[in-house]
Amino acid sequence: MTETVVHEAHDASVNYLNADYGVRSWLFTKDHKRIGLLYLASITVFFALGGLAALMIRLDLLTPAGDLVRDDTYNKLFTMHGVVMIFLFLIPSIPAVIGNFVLPLMIGARDLAFPRLNLASWYIFNIGALFAAWALLAGGIDTGWTFYTPYSTMSSNSNVLSGAFGAFITGFASILTGVNFIATIHRMRAPGLTWNRLPLFVWAMYATSIIFILGTPVIAITLLLMMIERAFHIGLFDPALGGDPILFQHLFWFYSHPAVYIMILPSMGVISEIITCFSRNRIFGYSFIAASSIAIALIGFLVWGHHMFVSGQSANASLIFSLLSFFVAIPSAIKVFNWTATLYRGSVRLQAPMVYALGFIGLFTIGGLTGLFLSTLATDVHLHDTYFVVAHFHYIMVGGALMGYLGAIHFWWPKMTGRLYNETLAKIAAIIVFVGFNLTFFPQFVLGFLGMPRRYHVYPDEFQVLNVFSTAGASILGIGYLLPVLYLIWSMRYGPKAEANHWGAVGLEWQTSSPPPTENFDHTPVVTSEPYDYREPVEVKKVA
Amino acid sequence: MHDAASGVVPYHAHQFDDAEQQYQTSTLGMWLFLGQEVLFFGAVFATYFYYFFLYPDAFEAASNHLSLTLGAFNTVVLIGSSLTMVFAVHAAQHGTKRAQMAWLVATMILGIVFLCVKAYEYTHKFHEGLVPGELFTYHGPDAPQHQLFLCLYFAMTGLHALHMIIGIGILAALVLLANRDWFNAGYYSPVEMTGLYWHFVDLVWIFLFPLLYLIGRH
Ligand code: HEM
Ligand SMILES: [Cu+2]
Repeated sequence: MTETVVHEAHDASVNYLNADYGVRSWLFTKDHKRIGLLYLASITVFFALGGLAALMIRLDLLTPAGDLVRDDTYNKLFTMHGVVMIFLFLIPSIPAVIGNFVLPLMIGARDLAFPRLNLASWYIFNIGALFAAWALLAGGIDTGWTFYTPYSTMSSNSNVLSGAFGAFITGFASILTGVNFIATIHRMRAPGLTWNRLPLFVWAMYATSIIFILGTPVIAITLLLMMIERAFHIGLFDPALGGDPILFQHLFWFYSHPAVYIMILPSMGVISEIITCFSRNRIFGYSFIAASSIAIALIGFLVWGHHMFVSGQSANASLIFSLLSFFVAIPSAIKVFNWTATLYRGSVRLQAPMVYALGFIGLFTIGGLTGLFLSTLATDVHLHDTYFVVAHFHYIMVGGALMGYLGAIHFWWPKMTGRLYNETLAKIAAIIVFVGFNLTFFPQFVLGFLGMPRRYHVYPDEFQVLNVFSTAGASILGIGYLLPVLYLIWSMRYGPKAEANHWGAVGLEWQTSSPPPTENFDHTPVVTSEPYDYREPVEVKKVA
Repeated sequence: MHDAASGVVPYHAHQFDDAEQQYQTSTLGMWLFLGQEVLFFGAVFATYFYYFFLYPDAFEAASNHLSLTLGAFNTVVLIGSSLTMVFAVHAAQHGTKRAQMAWLVATMILGIVFLCVKAYEYTHKFHEGLVPGELFTYHGPDAPQHQLFLCLYFAMTGLHALHMIIGIGILAALVLLANRDWFNAGYYSPVEMTGLYWHFVDLVWIFLFPLLYLIGRH
């Protein structure tokens, strides 16, 4: 392991993709860029699996009688959908794919701090994912992604143990990623890259990593205790045996509320990058956006009880959780206002990543505001466990987090692959996603308000019209997701070659070739200016 | 300044500019990992406290199922192992290979003694019918609460023991590496990081001991 690496990096035709060939060179790689792509492959498979379950759910809900599947199959479908989408897709999505790939590039580092841990996290993730996927496919789980006790421990006859064990294991992949990111951000920044010059995506990754480190171990223990109760029939949470099921919910939501910020914070970081680049404007209120990420990560740990307003927690606790939930909306709102202000007087270019970013702002706003309806004690008694909640979190997780992920993929695709996709198709796909999404989920707000409960597949006839709208929207949405898969894969082979700085962006990641060499930079870059310095007209010309 | 900057570092990883940065980064990484561990054990501790406040009398009574002598003995053993670990790190910093290996082995032995005592305690519980679940035969007052206490006892000490086993495995690897002259006065961070981990695991026990063994004795 001695040095004298020949500096092939000077040869522009050698990059991280063609530096080495063969399956082994991928499975044993320690290059953060390749590991990002490995994660991309894994989670794309799980996204398809979760999407398939969603398709079945929506088809079943076409008719009030739920003609497609039996009751217990329906329970297994929505559990599969939730577990796969949350634990196997959305949590790793932006951090493990995009963060892995661009974070070291953005701070001018040669790699993450602990490349071997990084590779280990991918393996751990896949091992856990295989347990979970096996449990979900071979027989299924019928508890919902929330694994509430005592149903999950004493009553359910499904594969709860191996499913929970899978989720338990994937948690360690998250923890390793979090440790790696924070250590990297602290210690490996290029000269001149001070904290107030850090790209906002890096701040978002930092905030997300805090939650990874402080939240994930708690869900690990929670699932472990739940598994012990199930395996040995001990009353850890079962009231019949002296346990308290409310404690399970406290522990579960102590992680799972912050986990929703694991899903949205990274997207918020992406949006800051895209909005500035495509409005050729400096970010409005840099320090507010950076600080609000950290604030969200921290306050997010104090609001979990808003999921338990009707579970029997004390009324005083509910009161405080309600108040704190209003507080947590403030930093999110700050971000929305700042992005909007950044657009003001910018020269906005509506390219594909920007279409996703603008979609994000609108949909996230609706999702966040409806969160406030739910945080209000009195209204939540009516709305809890109805489709209103389903619509709320899909507006945030799909309309927000997933749009951000797709925006990120489109924004950094030229960097990741060195190829360009078809811009027109990409824009059309983004619009299809936006339209399909709203058609799917807006009716669910109304359904929930009218009283349709979630997790039932039989409903009164008068709800059918709105359900048909929703299913129609889901089909459009499905097409919107399929399209990018096709043209992106196509572009890897046939797309035109991308320049180093395709969008004329100012981030460090655009200063190295596309795709970057294994060592990322020929020379460690030195940072001399603030981030998002989009004032120079030269930059604009480059793209025009 | 510390020694890492002075010596030659044969294991300098490519992503770092120099040994100093590498050392600083791995130290930070270890502390972050320990932060994660705090929350990991924190969640079981929270569960424990929740039920302790719900059933204080039953928990105090159930605490008497445990052997104070064995618990206290193990506490002393673990504190001793922390001490030998400190000596091992110290020896590593000074590049004295023999002393370093000797102290690492001593730490391992103490760790193994701890685990043997623990295993003895576990089997004893088994014979007394105090293992929660089907094997639980205690029928005194508050039996479900006693079972809850013992369940937490097994979960907490089991997780702790798992950490010990992993730690002993790492110590064994360090001994082998030290034998191959892997470490010197300029490069010893794996020993130091293992030390941090080991102390942390000991610290967890310092909390477990009173909560499990002592609450019932006045
Ligand atoms: C703007 C701040 C937010 C507030 C005030 C808020 C509020 C709430 C409340 C009160 C509930 C419970 C409703 C009920 O069960 O009766 C809820 C549910 C939920 N929220 Fe939010 N939310 C916010 C942001 C988010 C974000 C950012 C995400 C995800 C990225 C999210 C995802 C969810 C999910 C998944 C559920 C349902 C969990 C379940 O029961 O399965 N929320 N939200
Ligand atoms: Cu929440």
